[in-house]
Amino acid sequence: MEKEHQEIEQPKAVRCCDLPSNCDANQTGSVEVPATISQDNPDAGELDCGIEDPFPCKGDDAAITSTNGLSEPQGAEGEGAPASALSDGTAGEADGLSKPEGAAADEDDPPENVSDSASTDNTLEDSNEFMVTVLARGGLEDQADGTPSALSEAGGPAQGPAPSHRDEDVTAESWRRHRKHVFVLSEAGKPIYSRYGNEEALSSTMGVMMALVSFVQSGDNTIRSIYSDEHTVVFVQQGPLVLVSVSCSRQSEQQLRSELLYVYRQIVSMLTQASITRIFERKKNYDLRRLLAGSEKILDGLLNLVDSDPSFLLSAVHCLPLASSLRDSLSQILQKAITPNLVFSILIAKNQLLTIVQEKTVIEDARLEPADLHLLLNLIGASSAFQAGEIWTPICLPLFNPDCYFYAYISYLDPPECTVCLLLLSTDKEAFYAVAECKRKIDEGMRTQNALRSIARAQSYSASQVGVSDLRHFMYKPFDVPDNHRQLTQFTSPEMEAPYSSEEERMRLLDLYRYLHSRIHSSSRPLKLIYHVAERETLLAWVTSKFELYTCFSPLVTKASAINAITKLLRWIKKEEDRLFIRNPPKYSTTPNPSKSSRGGKGGSDRQDTTDNGFLSLL
Amino acid sequence: MAERRGKGAGEARSDPRGKSGMLRVKMVLLGSSGVGKSSLALRFSKDDFKDSAPTVGCAYLTQLVCLHDATLRFEIWDTAGQEKYHSVTPLYYRGAQAALIVYDISNRESFMRAQLWLKELEKQYVPGETVVGLVANKSDLSSSRQVSLQEGRSLAENKGLLFMETSAKSGNQVSELLLDIAHRVKLSSREDKGLAEWREADCVDMHREGRPRPLSSCCLTIGL
Ligand SMILES: Nc1nc2c(ncn2[C@@H]2O[C@H](COP(=O)(O)OP(=O)(O)OP(=O)(O)O)[C@@H](O)[C@H]2O)c(=O)[nH]1
Ligand SMILES: [Mg+2]
Repeated sequence: MEKEHQEIEQPKAVRCCDLPSNCDANQTGSVEVPATISQDNPDAGELDCGIEDPFPCKGDDAAITSTNGLSEPQGAEGEGAPASALSDGTAGEADGLSKPEGAAADEDDPPENVSDSASTDNTLEDSNEFMVTVLARGGLEDQADGTPSALSEAGGPAQGPAPSHRDEDVTAESWRRHRKHVFVLSEAGKPIYSRYGNEEALSSTMGVMMALVSFVQSGDNTIRSIYSDEHTVVFVQQGPLVLVSVSCSRQSEQQLRSELLYVYRQIVSMLTQASITRIFERKKNYDLRRLLAGSEKILDGLLNLVDSDPSFLLSAVHCLPLASSLRDSLSQILQKAITPNLVFSILIAKNQLLTIVQEKTVIEDARLEPADLHLLLNLIGASSAFQAGEIWTPICLPLFNPDCYFYAYISYLDPPECTVCLLLLSTDKEAFYAVAECKRKIDEGMRTQNALRSIARAQSYSASQVGVSDLRHFMYKPFDVPDNHRQLTQFTSPEMEAPYSSEEERMRLLDLYRYLHSRIHSSSRPLKLIYHVAERETLLAWVTSKFELYTCFSPLVTKASAINAITKLLRWIKKEEDRLFIRNPPKYSTTPNPSKSSRGGKGGSDRQDTTDNGFLSLL
Repeated sequence: MAERRGKGAGEARSDPRGKSGMLRVKMVLLGSSGVGKSSLALRFSKDDFKDSAPTVGCAYLTQLVCLHDATLRFEIWDTAGQEKYHSVTPLYYRGAQAALIVYDISNRESFMRAQLWLKELEKQYVPGETVVGLVANKSDLSSSRQVSLQEGRSLAENKGLLFMETSAKSGNQVSELLLDIAHRVKLSSREDKGLAEWREADCVDMHREGRPRPLSSCCLTIGL
């Protein structure tokens, strides 16, 4: 099959806002895209070989990115040549999919590459070899023979959520072959978490990682990433914790970094940042596993979700399509069942959001971030114990306020099936009975309206419903739902259906999306529009000031028909948006009860502080 | 799930006797993670056994127990044994009329921890006020027993606790345990109705006034 990959870098001359005005989702007129994607790639032979192709690397070359005081990953190492080629609109894209962005290993030209890549800020050429060797000794890298392809494993067996990862033999080849390892360690080099295998058995590997981190730190620098033939190693330090991702998934450094942040935040959601900091201030070599014992499953579950659920990639919430009248009446039921200090009422079905109602003052102060909701959903999903009764647990929403706890009431509304979950968040730890009483009211409201039955009928939709042939799948994330500026960021996406019904195929499609996403969000060279012909499908990604859209077509689609299809798709979304999105998230006011917790600070976070002083001082 | 009434936090602390003469009993389950607290709670409430994941925070469930002269409505607080929740556990055991300290007979460590929990409880309650039971769970695992029946029983006798070996898995002795607790709670409530209330108020004060010493010592001792 012919492969082609074209994309348009937003040229300085073309103002970003020109595109959206043509292609606004609200507008039903035709979308005039073609003119902007006409830059054909002249050299098809060198073009993108698709993500299925084996990674053609051998040798020990690796690039180390390190920056000093730069907040954004550069990710451009080793891309010097291709990047300039691309900005000319020429064949540079060849590397795009077959290597992670910034992967330096271009085996034709190793020496140049290494020096190239390490020269970011504080030059580290001298230490490159040293570090890579150290890492190899630590058991992370042993690819000198270069035989197995990185992708032989991509989407392969490692993906399955096998329960016994903890017992894996960390010296086995199968352990090394995992697509993405994640490690968490303390600054003192103590192991805290490993996605695969027992952290204890990995303590020497983690020690090496920490040695790397401190080695670079001693030069007043921060280690950000290491690139080798097959793996990207990304380091994130958050307070006293160091998180490391060792991945051959070919995701961008930026994506891996944001995944590590999810892991960090999930830990914070259980312990709070303040107590983590305090613990390590008191005792530098504290073994945090004591506090995280039993939470490995939650982190495992998170990492599986991060790999399989695009919500994390898009930083947006997926809500279950629902007739707007039904959604409104559910919201009203929640709106009526309130008690002092209640701040969020959330209804979830099939792991997707049904509706969310928020306290007024809270929403003025800060809004609930999708990431916080993802962490909550993961917590609920990872713990079957929730089905046992009513749960009352402290939980921190790291983006809302990393240092304080909310108290979450969690209960299923439809036992024994347990598909519809109610989540009520209060700032008052003593409020269990009052909040449980809200649930009683909600139960009653649902019963009188027969809402559970309607919810049970609700389901996601199929791409075929859009009525556009060749359109297999898409993800659409509007940036600004009218009149709801501070609303939760949402996206909509149909079920993944044939040919993406197997786990492996689904992962492959997600990998393609991840690739397009990394190009669109590349910090060095962001793109607005990408038309990407892969081996078994054709994808088109497009970002405007109003939305971000990823579409997947059958390989037979032509560029013209794809663009035509997108026009139709946007029109369809516009027509269905009341059903696909939460359009008017209602609010309620639960004036803080003055006898309790606080004198009613302005917002949830203030109130949090007063409520939780006693509690927080305990850890 | 059993019928619930209850009208918010206020009521939880007020009259322990409902209008119908039903006695409300707050019972808390304490013990290391994995000893089978949630499994026992599931036996109590549904007479069922399922493999369960570790509890997050605390699970609340209710169960009616009928004695010949009274009906008790148990409000069971099944706490999480994981260490990260230890600092919140007092939130759940405050004001409890009954406490079950659970260990796993096939796990010596859990027995040691049970003793730490007991010490912790003793700081909060004058003995005799709260009905405390020591529960040796997983009696079906006698082949890998690490804590003898005698050891458990003599600890309980020393401290004047109710003692029972149970198996949440087979159901052995589980309903007997609950009935036994119910009888004792009923007896102690007849002797002195108001104790649990003022005790609770006391604890709330300790907490509110920023004197978390008993609580923090909980995380320290238990954690060691
Ligand atoms: N053989 C046996 N296994 C049991 C028994 N009770 C519980 N288990 C098992 O022990 C494990 C832990 O049980 P849980 O009830 O979740 O333990 P827990 O005390 O609630 O743990 P946390 O919620 O983490 O504090 C589960 O796999 C149960 O199936 C028992 O009586 N016999
Ligand atoms: Mg439990």
